[in-house]
Amino acid sequence: MANTFVKIASNTLTATTSSVTFSSIPQTYTDLVLKISARDNNGSNWGGGYLRFNGDSTSGNYNGIQLAGLGSSVSNSTGSGSWGTNYMLAGRANGGTSTSNTFGNSEIYIPSYTSTTTQKIVSSNDTTENNATSALMAIVAGIWLSTAAITSIEVLTPGALYQINSTFTLYGIKKD
Amino acid sequence: MTTAIEVNCATGEVVERPLTAEELAQRDADVAAFAAQKHEEEVAAQAAAEAKAALLTKLGITEDEAKLLLA
Repeated sequence: MANTFVKIASNTLTATTSSVTFSSIPQTYTDLVLKISARDNNGSNWGGGYLRFNGDSTSGNYNGIQLAGLGSSVSNSTGSGSWGTNYMLAGRANGGTSTSNTFGNSEIYIPSYTSTTTQKIVSSNDTTENNATSALMAIVAGIWLSTAAITSIEVLTPGALYQINSTFTLYGIKKD
Repeated sequence: MTTAIEVNCATGEVVERPLTAEELAQRDADVAAFAAQKHEEEVAAQAAAEAKAALLTKLGITEDEAKLLLA
């Protein structure tokens, strides 16, 4: 049972940016947790949220399943077809038309990130609540089809910019 | 100018830099993929909402009455 939650690095934006990358991630923890509170400027109530590991944007190297609550409806989708093949869909932000001064809330759990024998499974809980009729809540189960240890994580919003005061924090979890 | 931020976890250094040509091309590709994915999500949500409305009509009950039944 993990009993240590250590902040590795954190960044709060003072200017807009397309992505935030945590590089040279220490290989001394058991698992990683990435917490994101973000808003972007895309033309929707909920924004993007992609993850890439170790700079890998090779098509076919990612897959996943998403269960989403959209407004009052529920939908599910898989990472085949139009999304998820060269990125992991996780870490959603509130979009540009969401209620002002609201930020999405995401927690992404990455177990056994230092393993060099297993592919990397990721779970993500994303909410973009903004006290409006249009909002998204998503649970994602993703996989990076690589046995490489994770040394960097890029968080990006496609075609938009993360807004000022968006915060990205990486934690390490270690057993005794 | 579109920028990217890199946080070096080993040194704590934070660097803000412009995207490379390769990164800009990848960003353009990501935009297209994301637009397609959002469209899928919105179509799925619309289909679910229409199916729910049709079922309520068939049953002759309101949404609040349905929630009461399921409570």
